[in-house]
Amino acid sequence: MTEKKIYALPNIATPSAPVIFHEEVCNGCNHCVEVCQVDVYIPNPEKGKPPVILHPDECWYCGCCVNDCPRPGAISFNWPVQQRAYWMDKATGKVLRDSQA
Amino acid sequence: MAKWHDFVEKDGRAPVWPYPIRYEQEVEVATDVLVIGGGIAGCWAAISAARTGASVAMVEKGDTIRSGAGGPGCDHWCNAPANPLSNVDPDEWAKLMTEMPYANGIGNQIQCREDWDALAEMEQIGGKIRDTRDEYLGVEGRDEVTKLMISPRYTRSASFGPDAAERRALKSNPEGNLNNVVIRVWGTTFKPALKKECKRLGVKIYDRVMVTGLLTEKGETGARVVGATGLNGRTGEFLVFKSKAAVLATAGDWSLFLLNTELAGYNTFRSRTTTGDGNAMAFRAGAALTMMERTGEMHLSTGFKHTWYGGAGDASYENVPIVDANGKLLPWPVQGWADGGAMRPSPEVMEKIMQGIRSGEYALPFYGDFPAMPEKERRATWKLMLGEESTTLNITESYEKAGFDPAKHLLQSYSIIEGETPKQWRTTGGGGPVVDWDLKTTLDGLYVAGENIFSAGDHSFAAATGRYAGRKAAAYARQAFAGKVSADQIKVEKARIYAPVKRTDGIDWKELHAGIARAMQYFCSEFKTERLLNMGLDALKEIAEVHVPRLYALDPHKLMRSVEDLSLLTHAEIIVNAALARQASSRMLNHFRIDYPQLDPPEWQHFLTLRLENGKVKADKLPLRYWGDMKAGYEAHNKDYTGVYQGK
Repeated sequence: MTEKKIYALPNIATPSAPVIFHEEVCNGCNHCVEVCQVDVYIPNPEKGKPPVILHPDECWYCGCCVNDCPRPGAISFNWPVQQRAYWMDKATGKVLRDSQA
Repeated sequence: MAKWHDFVEKDGRAPVWPYPIRYEQEVEVATDVLVIGGGIAGCWAAISAARTGASVAMVEKGDTIRSGAGGPGCDHWCNAPANPLSNVDPDEWAKLMTEMPYANGIGNQIQCREDWDALAEMEQIGGKIRDTRDEYLGVEGRDEVTKLMISPRYTRSASFGPDAAERRALKSNPEGNLNNVVIRVWGTTFKPALKKECKRLGVKIYDRVMVTGLLTEKGETGARVVGATGLNGRTGEFLVFKSKAAVLATAGDWSLFLLNTELAGYNTFRSRTTTGDGNAMAFRAGAALTMMERTGEMHLSTGFKHTWYGGAGDASYENVPIVDANGKLLPWPVQGWADGGAMRPSPEVMEKIMQGIRSGEYALPFYGDFPAMPEKERRATWKLMLGEESTTLNITESYEKAGFDPAKHLLQSYSIIEGETPKQWRTTGGGGPVVDWDLKTTLDGLYVAGENIFSAGDHSFAAATGRYAGRKAAAYARQAFAGKVSADQIKVEKARIYAPVKRTDGIDWKELHAGIARAMQYFCSEFKTERLLNMGLDALKEIAEVHVPRLYALDPHKLMRSVEDLSLLTHAEIIVNAALARQASSRMLNHFRIDYPQLDPPEWQHFLTLRLENGKVKADKLPLRYWGDMKAGYEAHNKDYTGVYQGK
């Protein structure tokens, strides 16, 4: 196991990741940084990389950053665990959750 | 690699603030019309003012492209009785809407007369309002000629309560046809189109700027408004706006009673940026406010609950039948054609459902039975209604990605199993400046639009009143000279807003917000007495005197949040003062005084107004329906109105 430096960090703001960036698709255009009305993000210090999620605790889950992303697949919505949805298959009666696709 | 701590772990340090820091550096902007808030109402105000030839500056905390409560989308254009498929007279409909006690007859009349014109202009600038691609052929309410899609809402009465199914007889609709006053729209297209039109018209847009206060002539309380000050939330820059007329178009204040921003973020239909800035700055400038004593229990989410619209039945989805866990149909209205758009069961029906749950007749949880719907209606509800409503496209898309198929799956409802909202989690129910037939406040040079108006309506109300206030402000600006701003007032404001960045220790904005919310929960919630309310004023005074001077902010973003807290604090003080001044209880105002239990006694059936005079809060009365005859009032003030925009 490679040694990883352990920093003294405060608890992480929750929920910590209202979205997930997919680095292989995202080209760091920062459109999501602009459409967000609460400034959840700041641009990445490294050009071309996905933004930094700086204020995840202020996200109001409007979804505009995902809806308006010009590169499909670069960013996906990520409901906090306590907000995950439940549904039921009408034919089988099986209860499903949105993490079980 | 997108979380903050990733960078600490990678580089051994936090990312550097990405924007230049310009604390206290001043930028001066002179304009005919200043629009404060760039949401739906603000954009419409800016557009209509600019179309008269006025120079316009619009200031927005977020980015105008998606900001505001209606920024993400809108699926219904409500109360548009002037639309070509309507079967009712706009003036009669406005009157019907205004039967509700403490309604705003001026705003309702403007909405009913002009929101169809606003929608037609929305289409001119690129918003989608018709099924032009024939995606919803055969869906109930779709008109084959105009391709407009009428919604089942308000088809029989102006209500979404349990009485919505009861037909309300109207003189203008003697045959009892469906009223056809609500139109389904593709509202996700609206906000980008509005921003584009603002830019095309030369509106100067100041995104990421919070307006912190109004500037009045000689800096005097109650004098004409001649400008405003702003703070950039990314750079900390200070802006001084000098205007002939200003339009307040900020939203309400949805987080005053909410302790935890990490929970409040879970979709209260409003982001944290709605901190009552408009009311706070209008009050501080000396404008009279009304309806400030009304608060309501917050039934939406708040983090204690599931996100609104995330479950069928917790928000009523048009035409989706609600069934129990065994598939048994519940007597729950479906906001559909059969029940006239009713959203909630009557108390009697609700009691039957609750008894059925306890006796085992109905098994929890409940579900929205999408598969039981005709395919066309299901698609309209899922793709059009939920796909276009504010903050719901992310729900349909993320559920679909996770495997939800409305043709096969029942969507769970969180009603009942998630429990009731605590009564101390409240909304501040729609107070705002007193307005006249020009949507002018009691201060010269200051107009109001959208949710900033007392007893405001929804998206189409914001659009219609924004469009109206913009042209009225422009008309005032045409005959007004530029006022002189007071250097002293600017100096005092600067000292107020930059104090938190001059400290490095103390309390942060989140702690202060929670402290204000706690005081409101204790002293101005379900139980109201003179003693409790006075304790509330003392608690807020203590916060202002002891804790505000300890507020510190590490960067421009946290500084803006800190200044928002100061708005919340002013808003809280106004609300407690109003609750004290109304020495009676009122059902409609959700105002229950233990020491004055009589409900809505005749001598208290009037608007209560509050304003600052010589540093003291002065309460006054204003008759309900102070606007007089609505049709006559509107017509007398709009002789020059030219309808849908015909210019280039």
